[in-house]
Amino acid sequence: MVELTKVTRYYGPKRALGPVSFEIGKGDTVGILGLNGVGKTTLLRILACGLRPSSGRVRIDGHDVLQNPHEVRKRVGYLPEVPPVYGDMTVRDYLAFAGRLKGMTAEAVAGRMPVVEESTRITEVRDMPARHLSQGYRQRVGVAQAIIHEPDLLILDEPTHDLDPVQIVEMRAMIRALKDSHTILISSHILPEISQTCDRLLILDDGRIVASGTEAELEDRLFLSRRIRVTVRPGASGVAAARARIAGLAGVKKVKPLGASDGIAEEPGSATFRIEGDSDVRAEVCRALVEAGHDVITLTRAERQLERVFVGLVAGGAN
Amino acid sequence: MGATGIIFRREFNAYVRAPIGYIVGAVVLFLDGLLFFGVALGPTAERLSGDILSVFFYFASGMTTIAAVVLSLRLIAEERQTGTQVLLDTSPVRDREIVLGKFLAALAFLSALNAATIYMPLLILVNGKIAIGQIVAGYAGLTLIGGAVLAIGLFGSALSRSQLVAAVVTSVITTMFYLFWELSEAVEYPLSRFLAALAIHQRHFVGFQQGIFHLRDIVYYLSLMWFFLYLATRVMEAKRWE
Repeated sequence: MVELTKVTRYYGPKRALGPVSFEIGKGDTVGILGLNGVGKTTLLRILACGLRPSSGRVRIDGHDVLQNPHEVRKRVGYLPEVPPVYGDMTVRDYLAFAGRLKGMTAEAVAGRMPVVEESTRITEVRDMPARHLSQGYRQRVGVAQAIIHEPDLLILDEPTHDLDPVQIVEMRAMIRALKDSHTILISSHILPEISQTCDRLLILDDGRIVASGTEAELEDRLFLSRRIRVTVRPGASGVAAARARIAGLAGVKKVKPLGASDGIAEEPGSATFRIEGDSDVRAEVCRALVEAGHDVITLTRAERQLERVFVGLVAGGAN
Repeated sequence: MGATGIIFRREFNAYVRAPIGYIVGAVVLFLDGLLFFGVALGPTAERLSGDILSVFFYFASGMTTIAAVVLSLRLIAEERQTGTQVLLDTSPVRDREIVLGKFLAALAFLSALNAATIYMPLLILVNGKIAIGQIVAGYAGLTLIGGAVLAIGLFGSALSRSQLVAAVVTSVITTMFYLFWELSEAVEYPLSRFLAALAIHQRHFVGFQQGIFHLRDIVYYLSLMWFFLYLATRVMEAKRWE
């Protein structure tokens, strides 16, 4: 559906993007994650035919964005960070205008309108002038204009921008509902938004993709899945013996005691260790400690925290 | 309806829905009326009806010029300012269709404003003796000079997201075209003839206000419109991919 090959974009001498290359298959939901200013919007605007790449090739559904931009524009729905809504128009008139601009007939727009209003839940505000809409509704109307012409590819740039927590939850639900009928590309610097709505992630840093894959694959890349934490109540042999027992296990590379400085609520008579291994060694650790007369209070895999993956990657963890 | 028609409809409705349309309309009609009763009819009551009508069109052309400048400023700059230009940029619509749709909408609104002044020539017609042709020519002239200034304004509006910058650019270019007549009198032939030929008002509008259609005047205004609409389109094309 989307193919980028060595795409770059320069603003004067400054490189804002690239070179980046990736592909997105039909029906995928892909998140572009990156801090502010790393080139996310530049990338999305290139895909939406709103910005010319300095070099490289971009094809959407087999059409080159430079050679055949109108064919690409017919196939793409784009929600920029600020929804392009005319305040003087009612929501209904605005959506009709957007649909006609995208090449739909008046009859097709009339037929499509109730479906779009329903799926974006804007029916109750359809006759209101857009200038009276709340930020949440403006964002929904922005999504509505992006899907009015049933595009194959839906591009959403920071779709939860400026929304309150309730509106964010609603927007996520809306995006999840759209996954069945569109290939979706979402950019965000808000990590839960990406992890809760996307099948695959592209992590962008300084205009380049530093990692891509599913959330689990990215965690694995930073060894987070091979990191566990155990809290024990040592037996008669003491804390040092418990630590030595863990360290002596095959597959365990490192055992680090954790304390209050690591955010651990210490209990009298117990000790917590972080264990890094070549593989998931939870079962071996538990068995060994119990056999050695230690009580295992908790034993957990390192939390699946996308934030840690993200920070690790943009801080050089991918290297 | 093509993209030009779709954009025309949106833009024309925007003038009707927004305060700017009413403000410009009210000011133009008020000042046109004031000038008509205060100056055109004025103290020289013995003036011929045709001369009164000519003076009316003379002042109306000035008001039309000012209205055209104000109406054109928002056309593209406002879209960039509010972020709605993105919708146009990412839609399968050609830049010339956008420019033409906006231009025709502004011209239609300006023409509607001018049409609302028709009661003044009709008053002369009822109380005096004038040729219908002079009225037709006068309004045709107002439409042409208004269209030319709107095209200049559209170009100015395409250059920047700031309506202030658009106002400055449009005002400077329009004033320049007005001053070409005065400049032509200050320089030697053949430059004087060249500058006089470019003068937007004194050279090319006077015929219309007297009820005379000159092909050269019509061609001049249409050329001016085409030239600045072409420039605006090129600016849009460049900025669309910027």
